[in-house]
Amino acid sequence: MFARIYSIFKSRNREFLRDRASFTWNLLLPIVLMLGLSFAFNEDRNAYTVAVLQDGDDIVTEQHPFLSMRYIRFVATSDKEDALAKLSRHQLDMLVEFDTPPRYWVNPDSAKGHFVELALLQSSSTSPPMIEKEQILGDAVRYVDWVLPGILGMNMMFSCMFGVGYVIVRYRKNGFLKRLHATPLTSFEFISAQVLSRMVLIMCITAFVYTGTHLFLDTRMDGNYFTLFLVALVGALSMVSLGLVVSARVTSEELAGGLLNLINWPMMLLSGVWFSLEGAGSFAQNLAKIFPLTHVLNSARAVMLDGATLADVAPSLVALLGLSVVFFFIGSKIFRWHQY
Amino acid sequence: MTIALEARNLKKVYPGVVAVNGINFAVTEGICFGLLGPNGAGKTTTVEMIEGVTSPTAGEIFYYGEPAGKKFRQEVGIQFQNTALQDFLTVRETIEMFRSLYERKADIDDIIEQCSLGELLDRDNRKLSGGQRQRLLLAVALVNRPRIIFLDEPTTGLDPQARRNFWDLVQSIRAGGATIVLTTHYMDEAQVLCDEIAIMDAGKIIAQGAPDALLRKQYEGLIIELPLADITTDLNGVEHLVIENMGIVEVVTTDVSKSLQELAPHVTNLNHIKIRQPNLEDLFIDLTGHTLRD
Repeated sequence: MFARIYSIFKSRNREFLRDRASFTWNLLLPIVLMLGLSFAFNEDRNAYTVAVLQDGDDIVTEQHPFLSMRYIRFVATSDKEDALAKLSRHQLDMLVEFDTPPRYWVNPDSAKGHFVELALLQSSSTSPPMIEKEQILGDAVRYVDWVLPGILGMNMMFSCMFGVGYVIVRYRKNGFLKRLHATPLTSFEFISAQVLSRMVLIMCITAFVYTGTHLFLDTRMDGNYFTLFLVALVGALSMVSLGLVVSARVTSEELAGGLLNLINWPMMLLSGVWFSLEGAGSFAQNLAKIFPLTHVLNSARAVMLDGATLADVAPSLVALLGLSVVFFFIGSKIFRWHQY
Repeated sequence: MTIALEARNLKKVYPGVVAVNGINFAVTEGICFGLLGPNGAGKTTTVEMIEGVTSPTAGEIFYYGEPAGKKFRQEVGIQFQNTALQDFLTVRETIEMFRSLYERKADIDDIIEQCSLGELLDRDNRKLSGGQRQRLLLAVALVNRPRIIFLDEPTTGLDPQARRNFWDLVQSIRAGGATIVLTTHYMDEAQVLCDEIAIMDAGKIIAQGAPDALLRKQYEGLIIELPLADITTDLNGVEHLVIENMGIVEVVTTDVSKSLQELAPHVTNLNHIKIRQPNLEDLFIDLTGHTLRD
């Protein structure tokens, strides 16, 4: 069995590596995106963002004049720890709570934090303002540091899903799968080989792009490389398996492309590839949790930007592994060799 | 005589269509067995059910007396009519990849020599001519030293020279002891290669046996052929007369001289008359009423 899996694995790798156009595209896309974004978003964010610690999503502006100020985006949050972590990374400019007693948290190293603090104090109706101040320390996270996991994850998503999904549909359509079916190769062996092949290739490409970006742009890495590797590995497995489900029975490349895009685009938009979903509604944030990419990006950012340990990201890894097992099982069960 | 392969009451029903309607046949070890029929007759479905790539609706397939199973899959070689191979792989890599899928393995150099692929080993699959590609597909079918080889219309689209080269190859494989199951549109191919044939039409086998025996059974004597346009008067009195759709009149006769004498008064140009042996195409047309290319 392993000899057969290895044989299909090897031939698929050769096919991919010799297809120079596809290979180059897979390699260049994330690099070009990273370089472009690093230049385009080199400046700090130009809007002020203040989190309001409260229950519920609706911010009642009447509770304090500060909440009616222009040019400040107010975001409701009930997760204090998460908000403080973001404040420490300069992803939020201030955290404020209008409970009793009213309090606010600000990062003294943040210039924008300083200005929203002034705005808060000037808007207060009492003199001196009756609001407690607390400080949170931490260095800013550049956009390029924040977006790197997103770019790598997005490239991984497209490569895994199209690299497996589209290729299997093409094999089915042109009769290559039918020819393999006439050999002792089982569907489990074939699928395993495809998954392994894509896993190895995407891990190599991701490692290459990450290393190059890290060296060239000096991106932030506060955590452990092994933990990050595990996040990428399990994430790739989940997305390859998802591609497998899509391609298990489809016989048309057009339909496969449509279905893959139907999954990929919402996943890309809602998983926080480019921007944080902080300001998005709770429905969108909850919906995002069903996507493997959301767990991959959250875990990767936690490792790279917050120094999260394996134990910290273990719940996400377990979720991704669970999704992989479910997808792989469904894909194997409904897999069809023939076009008709 | 050992029966290598046997199909019993094989049936395949698609929604609204009975593609194969309960056929039976047996293939003796070491022969070349031809399955003939027009498009839609059910021959490819039949072969694919035997090969195990399509599930029969009903019926059984036996391989050396046992239900066809894992052993069968290890010991048969298959060349489909339309098979795409992986892009960017060379001829050698393709053969090696398929060879590695089997427990039984042929000597790779023997296959390469047998299929005359020596000069093409490093060539990309996509850059092969039609004949070269068919030789590669046959090589792929031989990688496991198969006891039975299925060839599904292997020479369709090849030029006459490539077809004849392929026939030589098939004959050399058969001489090596393998059993061959061939489906083809070409009657000359079946006549040259097949020891036994089964003619299918509308999902059923309508004739089966050795080509010569089937022809002897159907036709006594030779066929006189002449254009309908050359006939001036009624042909009443001429025995065993058949008027073909294509404007050809045929007379099957055991006494050519007598038939020619009967025909002569009714024909304007005797130079257009042909006398020939009946062939499988005649047989097929007589049995089914349509040509093999229908």
